[in-house]
Amino acid sequence: MNNNAKKTAHEPFLHITKRGDISTAGAWSVRLIAIAVSLLVSAVVVVLLTGYNPVQVFKAMFSGNFGSLSKVRTLFQNIAMLLCISLAVTPAFKMKFWNLGAEGQVLVGGLASAACMFYLKDSLPNILLILIMFVASILSGIIWGLIPAVFKAKWNANETLFTLMMNYVAIQLVSFFIMLWVPSGSSVMGLINASTKAGWLPNLFGQKYLINILIVAVLTVVMYFYLKSSKQGYEIAVVGESSNTAKYIGINVKKVIVRTMTISGGLCGLAGFLLVSGTNHTVTKDLAGGMGFTAVMVSWLAKFNPAVMVLTSFLIVFLQRGAGEIATVCRLNESVSDILTGIIIFFIIGSEFFINYKINFKSKHKEEK
Amino acid sequence: MSEIALELRGITKRFGSVTANKNVNLCAYRGEILSLLGENGSGKTTLMNMISGIYYPDEGKILINGEEVVIKSPRDAFDYKIGMIHQHFKLVDVFSAAENIVLGLEEQGRYNIKNATQRVSQIAEKYGFDIDPEKKIHEMSVSEKQTVEIIKVLYRGADILILDEPTAVLTPQETQKLFNVLRKMKEDGKTIIIITHKLHEVLALSDRVAVLRKGEYIGTVITSQTNESELTEMMVGQKIDLNIKRSEPVNPQKRLEVKNLDCKNRDGVKVLDNISFEAYSGEILGIAGIAGSGQRELLEAIAGLQHIEQGEIIYNDPKTEKSENLKDKTPLQIRSLGVRLSFVPEDRLGMGLVGNMDIVENMLLRSYRKGKSFFLQKKEPKTLAEKIIQQLEVATPSANTPVRRLSGGNVQKVLVGREISSSPTVLMAAYPVRGLDINSSYTIYNLLNEQKEKGVAVIFVGEDLDVLIELCDRILVIGEGRITGVVDGRTAKKEEIGYLMTNSNGGKDNE
Repeated sequence: MNNNAKKTAHEPFLHITKRGDISTAGAWSVRLIAIAVSLLVSAVVVVLLTGYNPVQVFKAMFSGNFGSLSKVRTLFQNIAMLLCISLAVTPAFKMKFWNLGAEGQVLVGGLASAACMFYLKDSLPNILLILIMFVASILSGIIWGLIPAVFKAKWNANETLFTLMMNYVAIQLVSFFIMLWVPSGSSVMGLINASTKAGWLPNLFGQKYLINILIVAVLTVVMYFYLKSSKQGYEIAVVGESSNTAKYIGINVKKVIVRTMTISGGLCGLAGFLLVSGTNHTVTKDLAGGMGFTAVMVSWLAKFNPAVMVLTSFLIVFLQRGAGEIATVCRLNESVSDILTGIIIFFIIGSEFFINYKINFKSKHKEEK
Repeated sequence: MSEIALELRGITKRFGSVTANKNVNLCAYRGEILSLLGENGSGKTTLMNMISGIYYPDEGKILINGEEVVIKSPRDAFDYKIGMIHQHFKLVDVFSAAENIVLGLEEQGRYNIKNATQRVSQIAEKYGFDIDPEKKIHEMSVSEKQTVEIIKVLYRGADILILDEPTAVLTPQETQKLFNVLRKMKEDGKTIIIITHKLHEVLALSDRVAVLRKGEYIGTVITSQTNESELTEMMVGQKIDLNIKRSEPVNPQKRLEVKNLDCKNRDGVKVLDNISFEAYSGEILGIAGIAGSGQRELLEAIAGLQHIEQGEIIYNDPKTEKSENLKDKTPLQIRSLGVRLSFVPEDRLGMGLVGNMDIVENMLLRSYRKGKSFFLQKKEPKTLAEKIIQQLEVATPSANTPVRRLSGGNVQKVLVGREISSSPTVLMAAYPVRGLDINSSYTIYNLLNEQKEKGVAVIFVGEDLDVLIELCDRILVIGEGRITGVVDGRTAKKEEIGYLMTNSNGGKDNE
């Protein structure tokens, strides 16, 4: 009858089914298990590479983050900066505008601050200089964000490629100005205004970086309510979910794209300002250091919720710094910390699959033949 | 009706917490047409997808010709000579019919399109299909595309054919043609399973009817021994009055005048050509036509969502007795003119609502701009959401449930509820009962009738001609973007409308 049919019937070894709604607690326990497994796997990798005791490896990870006051300070500073950029890209991503140009927007923001510091020196009162830098950085970030937004709104140009390309333009721009500013022709610029500290954000209560952290904390709260309870935030959500629905109820989609990218670019510019004025006091090509891309992940993992982003950015910075410390302690080069971060992030992202799907194995009693 | 070709025993399939099929037993004989009847969401398609290898059952057995088989993929299904014709066609637009038919086949020898074309013609001749194997898919009508899909399955030697709602996209004439072909296949000894929820088609075509309700198998009856009301009762679980009441229009007044409207789509192709008609208050104006004949563009043009090349849309305000031209106005401008135009679009979750938002947030879509505050006011929409849930009996855990989690009927109640809550003067609804179960469909018909009695000009785009004839006062028929006729709903015949739908030039003498 069925000549060409397979004669023996085999149930597939496993098949995948979509889960119904998983409880929040269930979802978080899957995520926690994923983090635990990822730590275990990274420990195994390090032990295999170095022969160190795994407990030592975890100790290094912890001490890399909380080992000393200056380490804690840097930890929180790093979290604040990553969180700031994550908050910046969130409105764009919530609108399904793939802003991969945060890196460039931060860079031009930082460049603008550095330019103000370099040219104005201490000719103005410090507070005024900082204010000018603040505005200049935000404006530059806005310009960098607006260019792709306008092209998207007017001609539906693909924003993913556009924003990505703008990053390279920004990098070249920074290289150009460093060459212009550093007389020796070196590609590295030293601290700007090192003696006068003009344009440096002051220490608050004697604590370095405290101003950065406070500004980002306020920004987190503002962004939370902007997205959740404001009319503009609602428009962003509607455009992101379905531009057809947005048009149907009379939202001007182009206007929302341009307005949202103004916010996104502007906040990236602010991050650039905080990095130059409040942290590095100089500008380099690596000012954003890949945070523009890591921020995308922070934002996605938090499902675009600014409150959750505090946690996700903490997690990622903690892991990155821990992995860096392991590399130092075990005298391995920096690639190891990249490998470890990669392993950990792989598990975190992979865990989302298990939250959405269930795997059914072949049932036992049918296996007996 | 001798041998059993296909048998299902205790088939169960779950998606998360939803049980799509629960312990279903079913059998189909050689040389018969079996109808699988059930409301939307009763699990018909899921069941058939398990036979054709798209899903894998959680429990139960499938037997082909008396032997237990395991079907893991559509390829396995083909090996067992099972072919399914899906509701959404899976064809390559730029390929010809014959090319599509042989696509993906691993035949012995070299690729020989001539040979294939010949075989396609042979199959077409045998069963009485009307097809040109060399015609490209993108030049074909929906019914032709369906023919290609059916031949594709026959070409692969299928003995069991499953058709998922094949008549949903066809005119009455095309449906008749399809039925004749299916009858010929049956005489040839093929087993045909047709998924449907249209009762009169079941009665006209099939030998036996198997009924599913909420994923459960209810029973199989022999078609010649049953009738519409018995089948409905099996399908719904209770007796239902299938008549739609229709009142006489009271004091009809010209509310909307569309004059010589021309529209082009994004590719610059004319989709509306010289459309002129009037919609009166207190009546339901039906719009009939083959899917994609310009119905969507027409409603969107009126709503301000479609660019108008030429023509006018005049709105007569019942209160101020002023006339406004709505051409070249955005939806927001139309609102600010005081025009109370409500629109239930075809694409509910992609246009009318946001699937990931809850009911309250979906109420906000229409009203969020109210007030000068920078922040949203959620109180009013919350009251409205609760009112709609109560009055229209929306089955939902709460007003804060994302609407995508609701069933089709409840989604539509939320959308229609919101649209009529602004007490409109014109209400446009595109395919408002598509995918709805019988009870929800009748709720929607009643809501439209209520609006009509309140003096609203209702425009109803429908696909089921029986419903259009029962519900509407007048029916506008369009074909290929042109008006091919206007008929009176009380006297029109289905065949007459079907003829007008396919005849896009000669409608003038029918007015």
